[in-house]
Amino acid sequence: MADLSLDTSGVTASPRGRRVRGYWANVWNRLRYDYVTLFFLTLIILIILTVIFAPWLAPLDPNKSSMAYRLKPVFYKQFMLGTDEQGRDILSRLIYGGRTSLMMGILPVVFATMIGGFFGVLAGYAGGKLNMVIMRSMDVFFAFPSVLLAVAISGSLGGGLINQLITLTVVLTPPLCRVAETSTSQIRSMDFVDAARASGASTLSIIFRHVLINVVSPVFVYASTLISASILLASGLSFLGLGVSPPTPDWGLMLSTLRQSIYVQPLVCALPGVAILITSIAFNLVSDGLRQAMDVKA
Amino acid sequence: MWLYAARRLLMTIPIGLGVTIICFTLIYLAPGDPVQSLLPPDATASDVAMLRAAYGLDKPIPIQYLIWLGHAVTGDLGTSIQTQRPVLEEVTRALSNTISIAVISTVLAFAIALTLGVIAAYRSGGIVDRIATGVAVLGISVPSFWLGVVLVIIFAVELGWLPATGMGSDGSENFSFLHWDQAKYAILPIVTMTLTPLGIIMRTTRSSIAEVLAQDFIQTLRAKGLGKLAIMRHAIWNAMPQILAMLGLQLGYLIGGSILIETIFTWPGTGFLLNKAILTRDIPLLQGTILVLALAFVAINLLVDLVQTVVDPRIKRA
Repeated sequence: MADLSLDTSGVTASPRGRRVRGYWANVWNRLRYDYVTLFFLTLIILIILTVIFAPWLAPLDPNKSSMAYRLKPVFYKQFMLGTDEQGRDILSRLIYGGRTSLMMGILPVVFATMIGGFFGVLAGYAGGKLNMVIMRSMDVFFAFPSVLLAVAISGSLGGGLINQLITLTVVLTPPLCRVAETSTSQIRSMDFVDAARASGASTLSIIFRHVLINVVSPVFVYASTLISASILLASGLSFLGLGVSPPTPDWGLMLSTLRQSIYVQPLVCALPGVAILITSIAFNLVSDGLRQAMDVKA
Repeated sequence: MWLYAARRLLMTIPIGLGVTIICFTLIYLAPGDPVQSLLPPDATASDVAMLRAAYGLDKPIPIQYLIWLGHAVTGDLGTSIQTQRPVLEEVTRALSNTISIAVISTVLAFAIALTLGVIAAYRSGGIVDRIATGVAVLGISVPSFWLGVVLVIIFAVELGWLPATGMGSDGSENFSFLHWDQAKYAILPIVTMTLTPLGIIMRTTRSSIAEVLAQDFIQTLRAKGLGKLAIMRHAIWNAMPQILAMLGLQLGYLIGGSILIETIFTWPGTGFLLNKAILTRDIPLLQGTILVLALAFVAINLLVDLVQTVVDPRIKRA
């Protein structure tokens, strides 16, 4: 159904008999004129490049503390964004800290998409008892607000990078599984799947050639909305001391330690949160734009 | 409708049991032997074995779960390692503090979101619509703990209008929203809590009203000669079940996910309790608080579904 409406829009947009575009060309064509999405997409790419090339871009050593330069304001000598309670350069720490924060935004979503997608497609395609077992177990996780579930798992496992990664993956898997299951069972009941089966296609070939290809878009769009949620959750956990251990720079952790100094340097203390906010807005708006361009219903 | 209500009620039982299983498993996620953390490091092997037997930890895990569940059902959630008080007592005392600010925030968010959302849908593309869209994006993107810190910086540190943390000198026992010198402690936590549900409810309001406005019966109303406002009234009532569902969900999220905001404002609710439990590695307290909060979330969802069937007679999913 979605494909039909896509085609007509492509045809009406090019009445002069230009060639009919494919799905991805259509998506790109719509994205090309969506300047808000393009702007924030560029921003995300810049942020990613910045954290990748952190060693060359960071002006100072993020872990070099100095008692003489504690809690200095913005633009103080060589410290462009001031210093923290140990005299470390905030700008350098923000650049390095983006590594953990971005990793915690993207990696758990990738893992959860693989795990949730696998079980979702399995449940949606198999139906029956297997569907019930998988989806009812996922329902139990939906009985927890995501923050609470994250705190429960992380609080029991303890802090650390790996534990945080495990926690976020567990928290994000059930919603992705549900999206994958819903769209798989929708696709499965469509006529073209029956047609494929009637013409002798094997189950595996139906799953990979006909079902999976149609499930990818909704799952991909939904996964992209989760990146910002994952960044927020991760920085929240780090803020509670359940993330990376100091002195590793991390936006949530920086905010948590700088909070003690709001009476000394209020502006500097708010900076790590600004980094989280900008990244999170960028991912949210890009995923909104992607959803519109890919014509996936929320 | 009654059949649906009964089915929905029955569906809650396996979910509730699943929640208890997850909460029970939390102890086994924790690194180290739970018994070791209760005993001084110089305890003898026989002491360890004795305590293990006393806690039933020498039995197979399914049996342990049933014993634990039996205790939990009768309200015995164990004892906090740190305070040596019953966990249930600690949680219920904190719960009222969390519920009070969560409910006020939800009501506030609902009132503002409904007003803005309706205007945004009424004049789509107008200035209110743009503001509403901006607030909605901000609401889902802002780290609530950072917003809290910023509000403290502005209103407590720079302006000095409101207190930064706590619940006032009288503590939570005598707290009352009717006295300004106490109620002012709740303002910043409530404002911080409001933004996210505000954005999300507004988004739902706007999109569900727009969805209703696109339906055929609206065309009929227009053909009958109804005014714009009267049509809007129809649209709002038709969109209400969806908005109410989102409202309930958001209330549940606020109550269950209050840990960050309560930690910033040292507001003595369940989230603050959870943070304390994490810092002191008080696993029974952590487990008990999470169990109570998750069950509260399940109950709220159940309530929302039931209210929805009452509000919207079209729902007869029985």
